[in-house]
Amino acid sequence: MTDVTRMLTPEVLIIGGGPAGLTAAAHLAGCVHGDVLVLDREKQAGGIPRHSDHLGYGIRDMRRVISGPAYAQRLVRAAATAGAVIHTEAMVTGWDGDGNAQVTSPQGRLVVRAKAVVLATGARERPRTARLIPGDRPGGVYTTGQLQNLVHLHHGVPGQRAVVVGGELVSWSAVVTLREAGARTVLMTTQYPSPESYAAFNIGGKLALRVPVTARTRVVRVMGRPRVEAIEIENLDTRDRRVVECDTVVFTGDWIPDHELARLAGLDLDPGTGGPLTDTALRTSRPGTFAAGNLLHPVDTADIAALDGRHVADQVRAWLAGQRPDARAVRLRTQKPFRWVAPGVLRPGDPAPSRRRLLLWTDDLVRMPRVTAIQDGRVIGLRRLPWPASPGRVFRLPWSLLSSVDPSGGDVTIGLYRS
Amino acid sequence: MSAATSPQPAAAAPAQPVADVAVIGAGIVGSAIARELAGYELSVTLIEARADVGDGTSKANTAILHTGYDAKPGTLESRLVRTGYHLLADYAKQTGIPVERTGAILVAWDADELAALPALRSKAAANGYDRCEVVDAAEVYRQVPDLGAGALGGLTVPDESIICTWTASLALATDARLRGTDLRLDHQVRSVGHDGEVTTLHCDTADVRARWVINAAGLGCDYIDQMFGYDRIDVTPRRGELLVFDKLARPLVNKIVLPVPTARGKGVLISPTIYGNIMLGPTAENLDDRTATGTSEAGLDFLLGKGRRLMPRLLEEEVTANYAGLRAAIDAGDYLIEADGEQRYLLVGGIRSTGLTSSMAIAEHVRDLLADAGLKLTPRSDLPESPCMPNIGEAYLRPYQDEARIAGDPSYGRIVCFCERVTAGEIRDACQSPIPPPDLGGLRRRTRAMNGRCQGFFCAAEVGTLFERCRFQAHGTSGPLEIPA
Repeated sequence: MTDVTRMLTPEVLIIGGGPAGLTAAAHLAGCVHGDVLVLDREKQAGGIPRHSDHLGYGIRDMRRVISGPAYAQRLVRAAATAGAVIHTEAMVTGWDGDGNAQVTSPQGRLVVRAKAVVLATGARERPRTARLIPGDRPGGVYTTGQLQNLVHLHHGVPGQRAVVVGGELVSWSAVVTLREAGARTVLMTTQYPSPESYAAFNIGGKLALRVPVTARTRVVRVMGRPRVEAIEIENLDTRDRRVVECDTVVFTGDWIPDHELARLAGLDLDPGTGGPLTDTALRTSRPGTFAAGNLLHPVDTADIAALDGRHVADQVRAWLAGQRPDARAVRLRTQKPFRWVAPGVLRPGDPAPSRRRLLLWTDDLVRMPRVTAIQDGRVIGLRRLPWPASPGRVFRLPWSLLSSVDPSGGDVTIGLYRS
Repeated sequence: MSAATSPQPAAAAPAQPVADVAVIGAGIVGSAIARELAGYELSVTLIEARADVGDGTSKANTAILHTGYDAKPGTLESRLVRTGYHLLADYAKQTGIPVERTGAILVAWDADELAALPALRSKAAANGYDRCEVVDAAEVYRQVPDLGAGALGGLTVPDESIICTWTASLALATDARLRGTDLRLDHQVRSVGHDGEVTTLHCDTADVRARWVINAAGLGCDYIDQMFGYDRIDVTPRRGELLVFDKLARPLVNKIVLPVPTARGKGVLISPTIYGNIMLGPTAENLDDRTATGTSEAGLDFLLGKGRRLMPRLLEEEVTANYAGLRAAIDAGDYLIEADGEQRYLLVGGIRSTGLTSSMAIAEHVRDLLADAGLKLTPRSDLPESPCMPNIGEAYLRPYQDEARIAGDPSYGRIVCFCERVTAGEIRDACQSPIPPPDLGGLRRRTRAMNGRCQGFFCAAEVGTLFERCRFQAHGTSGPLEIPA
């Protein structure tokens, strides 16, 4: 580190200017003594909604239905109006054991040392390589994020015949983007027995977007050079394979948190989500470091991430005011079909989680789930939910399930009721 | 004279200047040869079928700078690898090709392998390398704590190193170019014709005429050899698939972890990469198709199975990339480098994966063979400085970390590929370099842009736009550009 490196010492450093980070900034700026600094590595803050150019944003946090880019702009405006300092093209490239964040931006190298840090680095879709799909490595193979960046921010053009891999909410977002860019989705393929996003979206999707959907399939090969010409898919039950011609493939969903900084800082991770482990106050294992948004629950909708930001702002203020957590902690765990639950730690005296909801991920479709919470071999909570647990989207569970947790007891396991 | 003849009458072709030497193939070997020969009072033309240098076999290998400890003693390969190791290591220092001397450790997993270690040590000594040591299991686990259970012992090779194969090829080709070599990309040789002292290489794009022709065509060297009337080699493309794991896995492995070689080949290794990842591979599969650089289900399954035993912890990490390369294997157990004085033709064949290490020694060897065959070699007194290559290695200071550099030019502080931390300045520089990238693949090899864990989720569109703009500014034309993917 050279001596010209500047140091900033804001009260709060927020890493990531997406819905969670910006909302946290909007609720912290002006309410704490020093600066609230948001660092975002993109040219413009706003996160993924910036390039998700369709309606459906802002429902729960802004009480309106707007497009992704409009939503992103409002988030930025709200944070800036509140007095937060937003640096774009500023990437945190390292984070040492003393809490110093190293930053690169066109203005130079910075070191930022804050009293409290909020990690809000979000999540990304697993690309084709990480899904270990063999074959050629042609052009025309995207993730949704890449596709939408290309189409909405760079006005690029994908191909004509697209296959969308995945049946999550974001998969339909990809279909919409493809249609706007003039490409027809000739197939949506998913491993699950039924496409798992909202039923309304599915019916709407099938009818309005007229997309053929193949369930219980996986992609086994990508073909074509230099551009993709086809993919091969396999029926998971019969093992039958067939080739689908296309000039565009979009790998959607299958989110992983962008947890690089969390790992560099040595934070405890939740093996289920891959994000940092937090309690209901969104504290990580390092004092003064918090986390919020889809880094913790890959992924829920943008408004839920934003409301995390609102929730974490209160907790950061409490921390700065000197409040310290109870040392006792009960770990939350899951049983099949649930893959993870967030937050993962309960402490006596802590607030309810954001929106008084626990967020879970299921690997199987359960239409009328009866969910149990078990501690030390005893059922301490049982709820029958009127909504399904569907793979490919977050399953939200009322916090009241855990009202009888013994703060001095053992781990609590959330699963399905078995008579 | 040659069995191959020109498809068109010689009069139809426009008269081309005659080069003293034409080198076919701008992989690492051909580039090294062109660079070496351009150090003498010779006019050199370097011909490449592809649109970029180092774009064939040279770009997809295990990127290890070998000491040559395990070569077959007494072979040409053994000698050239040993010499090449020092030549390339010195050249790397001079030009900024990233190298890390990680060292390697061969791990024995059964009694037979354990018993084979002392012989390997002797073999290394016979190859002129005497720093190998046989170590016990405890030492193996001390050096590689996350290795899977069951290792019985090992052999250390402290000087095996990892190197940036992309920068190495590019540095040699750039140097050749700076020394005045005429680089002809997109020139696939279709046939050859002879006219007295001059050989004409008929290419799709334009003919190339030269007094001497060096065949360093790698995977295609047997085809070229046939054009000169030979039937002595048969290249079998041997595919090697590799998995590259996330940078977060890097702390797991600090050395090249090798299996004990068997009759079936060198086996699967785990190695850090110069870019800060971990690599697992390669497979070894003989093919017919010389363009089959796709990956296969069987290959991936095989590697994952191997990885699970070698280092179970590694498989908990995300895979960043998988790719396949083709080794230009021939049936002989050695390199085949021979000059034909009558045709003024020289074959550089059978250069396997060790060719990365031996490239500069091959070039010197070729030079000597040419001199023996009567080519007059007068060293130039006006050689330009060797190029200073942009650093894309993780162990050295990169532009995004360089405060002074960013202060001088803010575009080095503008990170556009987040995972690999590639700045706008580096993309611009690549476009303005002596051998600019012809496409996004070429940009990846020069800057690492889009090679990271997100594989373009965040950056591909931005990088693609920036690349197009920089290319336009550098050359006044953007040309056809594929959509970033």
